[in-house]
Amino acid sequence: MTKDNQGEGPSRRKVLECMTWAGTGVLWTVAGGVPTSLGIIDEALAQQAKGFTFLQISDSHVGFDKPANPNVKGTLEEAIGRVKALPDKPSFMIHTGDISHLSKPAEFDDADRIISQARLDVHYVPGEHDLIDDERGKLYLERYGRGTKGAGWYSFDANGVHFIGLVNVLDLKAGGLGNLGNEQLEWLEDDVKGRSASQPIVVFAHIPLWTVYPEWGWGTEDGARALGYLKKFGSITVLNGHIHQVMQKVEGNVTFHTARSTAFPQPSPGSAPSPGPMKVADDKLRGMLGIASVNFKQNEQRLAIIDMPLQG
Amino acid sequence: MIKSLTNCVVAGVAAVLLMAATPVWAEDAAVKIGNFTFGPQELKVKAGTTVTWTNEDDIPHTVFSPNNFRSKALDSEDKFSFTFTTPGTYKYFCSLHPHMTGTIVVEAATGSISPKQ
Repeated sequence: MTKDNQGEGPSRRKVLECMTWAGTGVLWTVAGGVPTSLGIIDEALAQQAKGFTFLQISDSHVGFDKPANPNVKGTLEEAIGRVKALPDKPSFMIHTGDISHLSKPAEFDDADRIISQARLDVHYVPGEHDLIDDERGKLYLERYGRGTKGAGWYSFDANGVHFIGLVNVLDLKAGGLGNLGNEQLEWLEDDVKGRSASQPIVVFAHIPLWTVYPEWGWGTEDGARALGYLKKFGSITVLNGHIHQVMQKVEGNVTFHTARSTAFPQPSPGSAPSPGPMKVADDKLRGMLGIASVNFKQNEQRLAIIDMPLQG
Repeated sequence: MIKSLTNCVVAGVAAVLLMAATPVWAEDAAVKIGNFTFGPQELKVKAGTTVTWTNEDDIPHTVFSPNNFRSKALDSEDKFSFTFTTPGTYKYFCSLHPHMTGTIVVEAATGSISPKQ
């Protein structure tokens, strides 16, 4: 933040605006509010005071080959290219599920091959598309489930932040939404017991933990119970995927955020007959796909999330 | 398509021998999965009917009726069939997108035209 700048051109001024923005931690960069020039975002990230940054990537759907995007491996590669080009190396990535389209070994293989090019640790949670092998999740757990509990939930600490990866795509009930289930919720209650209320919490899961649009199943039945266990914490950030678009809500100490897919966009709630893949003009697609960067600075109540489309 | 019961009864007696040779008695019915809905959402069939679901979406779906039947994940154009032998109401849903629900009502096959073995 204190770095002196020689160039005084308009783009430099914009960078400074971005820095102020990120620095206050008040403003969240959301879909409409994101600076559109990628150069500015990259410079702003580069200029940020030393903080701790991680990335969110979601819904890569490797194996999907329909008109909405016949080349999902290509767009995943582009997303990883964006990660590699970041001036400051993030600490790690989280992937909020739907790594594959049909849980096939070859799809997981391809995804792993591409994502590993980022040379970052990746913390996964499964989407419903990752658990549709014949044994309903065996393949996922074999690959990504080391050290996890139950169907693949876990927690870890990084730079003073407590991260909790949840699974809300199993044992769904007819007519219902996403589901965490009693066993996982009891684990969660126990996991956060005794932690200092000042420790920032990041929860990530595939389906939004808040109710975005129940008519399309976009929400989690027992998500409120999970958030109830986190009530005492001063800073809670909830990161999800599943709906293939950026959406954000701030409620008290809780910030909810969903990331773009790297594969294909889905319509905004209720704007189409169904939530199926949305075919857009080829030159529009990359503006609707992307990744998110999350920056945490000591003494800031909130984490700064910057959504980065593959193309502005 | 479901043949009407009347047609079956009229044709039934005369056609017993023929049907024994070609088991056309097993009526078929179809449910299409499209736009994240089952169509028709409720379907009435006679016991003995085989219902076939076809996924016409770009996204996989399943057909799941706990304790009754469960399909694998159906990719686009994949099909799943189940033969309903016992009368009753079978509620089912997509286990991946549980807001998708449907019902098969199975009625007793009165005026039996079941083939003699």
